[in-house]
Amino acid sequence: MTAGTVRVWRSRDERIALRWHRRPAMAAATLLLLLIPLGVVALLTGSFDIGPAELWATLTGQGEPTVARVLGTIRVPRLVGGIVVGAALGVSGAVFQTISRNPLGSPDIIGFVTGAATGAVVAILVFEAPPGIVSLAAVCSGMLTAVLVGALSLRGGTAGGYRLVLVGIGVGALLGAVNDLLLTRSQRDDAIAAQIWLVGTLNGRGWAEVLPTVIAVAILIPALLLMRRGLAALELGDGMARQVGAPVTIVRLGTIAIAVGLAAFATATAGPIAFVALAAPQLVARVGRSSSVPLVGSAAMGAVLLVGADLLSQHLPLSLSAPVGLVTGVLGGVYLLWLLSRGR
Amino acid sequence: MTALLVAPPAIRRRGSRRVVAVLVGVAILMALTVLSVLVGSRPIEPSVVWAAITRPDVTDDAHLVVTELRMPRTALAIVVGAALGVAGAIMQALTRNPLAEPGILGVNAGAAAAVATGIAVTGGAFGTLGLFGFSFAGAAVAALAVAALGGIFRRGADPVRLTLAGVAFAVTLGAYTQTLLINFPSVFDTFRHWAVGSVQGRGGELVLPAVAIIVPAIALASLLGRSLNAVAMGQDVARSVGADPRGVLGAGALLVVLLAGAATAVAGPIGFVGLTAPLAVRLLVGPDYRWIVPLSALFAAVLVLGADILGRVLLPPAELETSIVTAIIGAPVFIALARRRRLMRL
Repeated sequence: MTAGTVRVWRSRDERIALRWHRRPAMAAATLLLLLIPLGVVALLTGSFDIGPAELWATLTGQGEPTVARVLGTIRVPRLVGGIVVGAALGVSGAVFQTISRNPLGSPDIIGFVTGAATGAVVAILVFEAPPGIVSLAAVCSGMLTAVLVGALSLRGGTAGGYRLVLVGIGVGALLGAVNDLLLTRSQRDDAIAAQIWLVGTLNGRGWAEVLPTVIAVAILIPALLLMRRGLAALELGDGMARQVGAPVTIVRLGTIAIAVGLAAFATATAGPIAFVALAAPQLVARVGRSSSVPLVGSAAMGAVLLVGADLLSQHLPLSLSAPVGLVTGVLGGVYLLWLLSRGR
Repeated sequence: MTALLVAPPAIRRRGSRRVVAVLVGVAILMALTVLSVLVGSRPIEPSVVWAAITRPDVTDDAHLVVTELRMPRTALAIVVGAALGVAGAIMQALTRNPLAEPGILGVNAGAAAAVATGIAVTGGAFGTLGLFGFSFAGAAVAALAVAALGGIFRRGADPVRLTLAGVAFAVTLGAYTQTLLINFPSVFDTFRHWAVGSVQGRGGELVLPAVAIIVPAIALASLLGRSLNAVAMGQDVARSVGADPRGVLGAGALLVVLLAGAATAVAGPIGFVGLTAPLAVRLLVGPDYRWIVPLSALFAAVLVLGADILGRVLLPPAELETSIVTAIIGAPVFIALARRRRLMRL
């Protein structure tokens, strides 16, 4: 199970001890460092460019009011949104891939993200709800979808890995049709805007949309870290996990609930973003060569992927524009095909 | 010997079920055809519809709605449905995978992506011939790529892997097509319904080429029934009964590309029809592809025409895209199939 060197830090009275594997920790740290240049570029560029000096002046409170307003109401929330949505999706994917023991068992493939989007679409279009209620609706419908997919893929007491994936794809297709139906039936004339929401975008997301996800990430990811040892035990299979003393049912239900919640909050903020939840844990596992559940690494990788894809979506060649969900869709789809071509 | 010539009761019963299935299917299709011409967002008296068909008057708006909109639309729904149903039946036989169909395996998405690329590059000025050309090319490339990635060309192909490769392709190409649509507003306006998958608002000039491609292809596919029976039993059995698996695979794949490509060129990517219709037919008449292929055409036509009519009447005055209705009908079938313990076996 262990990969590379294990480092331990103990406080002087040995009350607190932190264990970490060197290489995965390095990978996570590198990814977090990578966020800094990406974030700076994201803040500097856009419909008009801001110079580095101007950025520094504004951050220290001496800049022009217009620049401060652009940064404070548009670019900073967008950047923060990219980071927390990416992190939430990455962690959610890591949990689901661990529990289903299948790289394809991630929430964007098995319909949870689409299901969360259904709740958000209903809240937005039918009830014209404020962002906080939209997040709540997304979480509720994401949970319902998870229960539905889980119940449908149960057979003889077990949800076989690929049955879960295929049933999830079917449920996702059904809910996707429902989303299309709701959006095309809405009284809104701006069908293109509606279309863009359905593929996922960080465009025009202010603090009102971003804040619920920031709070969710701040609470749920630490909660998940507390359960990580049980989660790692689940990876061994239920029987083995019981042998090493993990409370299997509690760990599974708890982590699933948290992971669905993370994916749903992310979806309420940015719409159904494809493939970040699938790709982030897989990429981290390859970079970090870790065999245990890479929660922190997946969060960092998800954030880097989404902020990077968002930057790319703003600076596509030929003055093309594509919401970030389409960029991640194309990139992630190619990655998934590569994953399949290497075969099992 | 004479005893062997008398069919056992089970087979005789199956024979009568086939006749009943054909009769019922034809009756429903005829009823839906009449309904499709009568029903629409604009109410038109049946007597006026009859007059429009028998004595068309080009100065009468109602007559024009019937002859220029409803009749071509009905014809397109029927041929598109038939094409998708037969394509699904062939793919299920060739891949021995009950989840195989042109929507799920990415063939429709490939055709749509190629057409969208063509529109974006040329501005849409390539005519009907170009439309079908792009569609066939995209369908062929996607079918080849999915088959290669899904391991069709290897021994012991895994149906799950094939399905996943198809879904991955469908999603990726779908995202690509959406990108093009968002970036070309004129394309978006013209092809908004098409990109979702619908027979609404498609011109009557598409009826003739679609029929000219789809009807012969379905006829050829029906002739292929015996070979499909052999291939559906596995390559070894197929060879031992004297069939040529590679030849059947090639011919079948070509027909799938023609059928799915033509259907997508006309109506955009419509999923789940090729899954649902052959499955229902198989439950009705058993596993003989000489019957499954033509009956799939019939029942898939019923499904798409019915979905189109439902889409028109469910939420008036707005219309629902055909593909949304077929997905809502077809996705539960997909889920029920995926739940089965032995996915491999047809």
